[in-house]
Amino acid sequence: MSGLSLHKKIEENTGLLIFGILFVSAIGGMVQLLPILSQESLETATQNSHLYSAVELTGRDIYIREGCHVCHSQQVRPLIAEVERYGPYSRADEFVYDRPFLWGSKRTGPDLHRLGGKFSDDWHRIHLLDPRAVVPASIMPAYPWLADRDASEAGNIEAKMRALTVLGHPYTEEQISSASAELEGLKEIDALIAYLQILGTAYSEDSVP
Amino acid sequence: MDSTSQNTYHDTVVIRLIQFSVFWAVAAMLAGVWLSAELVWPTIDFGQSWLSFGRLRPLHTNGIVFGFGVSALMATAFYSVQRTSHTPLFLPKLAWFICYAWQVLVLLGGLSLLAGYTTAKEYAELEWPFDIAITILWVCFALVFFGTIANRKIKPIYISNWFYGALIIVIAMLHIVNNLAIPVSLGKSYSLYAGAQDALVQWWYGHNAVGFLLTGGFLGMLYYFLPKHAERPIWSYRLSIVAFWAFVYSYIWAGPHHLHYNSIPEWVQSLGMAMSIILLAPSWATMINGIMTVSTAWEKLRTDPALKFIVLSLAFYGLATFEGPMMSIRSVNVVSHFTDWTIGHVHSGALGWNAMITYGTFYFMVPRLVGRELYSTRLANIHFWLALAGTMLYIMAMWAAGVSQGLLWLSVDQIGELSFSFKDIMASMTPYYLLRLVAGIIFLSGTVLMGYNLLMTLKGQHAVKVNVPAVDPAYGVTA
Repeated sequence: MSGLSLHKKIEENTGLLIFGILFVSAIGGMVQLLPILSQESLETATQNSHLYSAVELTGRDIYIREGCHVCHSQQVRPLIAEVERYGPYSRADEFVYDRPFLWGSKRTGPDLHRLGGKFSDDWHRIHLLDPRAVVPASIMPAYPWLADRDASEAGNIEAKMRALTVLGHPYTEEQISSASAELEGLKEIDALIAYLQILGTAYSEDSVP
Repeated sequence: MDSTSQNTYHDTVVIRLIQFSVFWAVAAMLAGVWLSAELVWPTIDFGQSWLSFGRLRPLHTNGIVFGFGVSALMATAFYSVQRTSHTPLFLPKLAWFICYAWQVLVLLGGLSLLAGYTTAKEYAELEWPFDIAITILWVCFALVFFGTIANRKIKPIYISNWFYGALIIVIAMLHIVNNLAIPVSLGKSYSLYAGAQDALVQWWYGHNAVGFLLTGGFLGMLYYFLPKHAERPIWSYRLSIVAFWAFVYSYIWAGPHHLHYNSIPEWVQSLGMAMSIILLAPSWATMINGIMTVSTAWEKLRTDPALKFIVLSLAFYGLATFEGPMMSIRSVNVVSHFTDWTIGHVHSGALGWNAMITYGTFYFMVPRLVGRELYSTRLANIHFWLALAGTMLYIMAMWAAGVSQGLLWLSVDQIGELSFSFKDIMASMTPYYLLRLVAGIIFLSGTVLMGYNLLMTLKGQHAVKVNVPAVDPAYGVTA
């Protein structure tokens, strides 16, 4: 059977066409995704991995809610200029508890993966409420509402931690039951700053094999 | 001929979808213009969370892709599948249901994005209840579309339907796999994948949402409306067959080029890069096929704004599908990644290709659907030049911005110290961002002009009710 007459068959049969498209389009994804999704080193925690506390997790979800990832990447590439500007380049094992990943696709503002510890909590507070007070040329939006809302209102933290436990995050019963108490008295801005301050800090140069 | 005695095409649903599509185009482009203004004057969100850049930007992208894009794809798919199958839509009531349910979904989804409900995965930001709704509506879309094809009165399935078919099937696959998540509440879920694995799944989705929706789906439009409008058959049907399968096979591999030098294994980056370059072949095969199809009908371009739009869109399609593979080369990507060059690239595709071909098909379809002349050819010609000027200015501003960002970020002096601070590079972007704002306003005003033109064409449509017979007597086929 020549190629053309084989194609004539597909061309005249709805079912064959559907199956053909599904089969041909699935190949590339399988070749790339299956090995990566079964590669244990990409999902196994090391000393570089940081399990987010109740406050940090709340802060991370606020970061997502406000779309910080739209303008800030969290991915230092292994290039001299990037390592000089931001710090050690990003490693896969630093992200095993990141659901979703927040590497981003655009740096309207600087990369944030090695942000933790570089500025004081007070600096972050001023910067989030009025970016131009500390960086005059900044084009970042201000986030005044973060100082008004209670961190405990930003989602059910216990339900979140239980959902993550299902996905393999090793939270203990105590961590989950004390989660609400940890958020007590904190505003959303406090939780967000807690998250920003641990970004990229679990990694240490010594741990590189 | 007595048109009541036989089946007629279901075209009212097509008109309605076109109206919704134009509405979303204006709304989402307006959001885009506002966003670009926020990058120049950052306080014009007035301290409102829902106007904040991080929340408004997903509304802009989702509004364009799912509101403007998908409504236009459904409209043109329903229009062309009936005519290429010589039969009315299968389950027309379901088509009407999809038409309205999809708009409700886009509206509520958009509001949920403004309220801060987001998965953070690009072009898949909508949370899980919306993902389920999309899946259900997509299956309905598939039923109507493939049902119509199965009912067709002629043996071969025309090439435009393969592309629409690939759109429906592949987007379903990508959407389901990428959005797998554990729900926490109605507005929050956690991705089934984490870190590097999540990144790869997301860009397998993200790149191919562009591939099969913004490229494949709109190629379906091209293969029906270009030959129809140029009144020439496709230059080479065989080339279109080869290009189709090469396209479906190779596009899906290209996702990892969004993650060059990121924390994923190098082999998958290299593989993604190699396949992205290969992708140039089927992309350009289609472009050449399109250009050759109009090559004996150039004189029509003088008088016909609709065909002008379609032919110009083909040029931008060629440009974007050349630029894409170039940007996927690691040593180019090292400069372009994370910069406004990416934004420029997306818009050369979205404005130059997707929007222009859609405008061309709308100018073609609406007068035929209501059986009267276009309200104003002059306005359509003005729109053409506004669209071209807006697109060119936009991508040139973003090329300049992106290339300078990329190079300045990477620049180090003789002793290896960084040459420029991030802040200074960022501050130097203002002129480009201003230019881009102007470009956006120009493009948007063209779109508004089209909305007015089409509305005036539609007015009084009840005076002339057209029932297009399901079987075109010209084909000599009896139902």
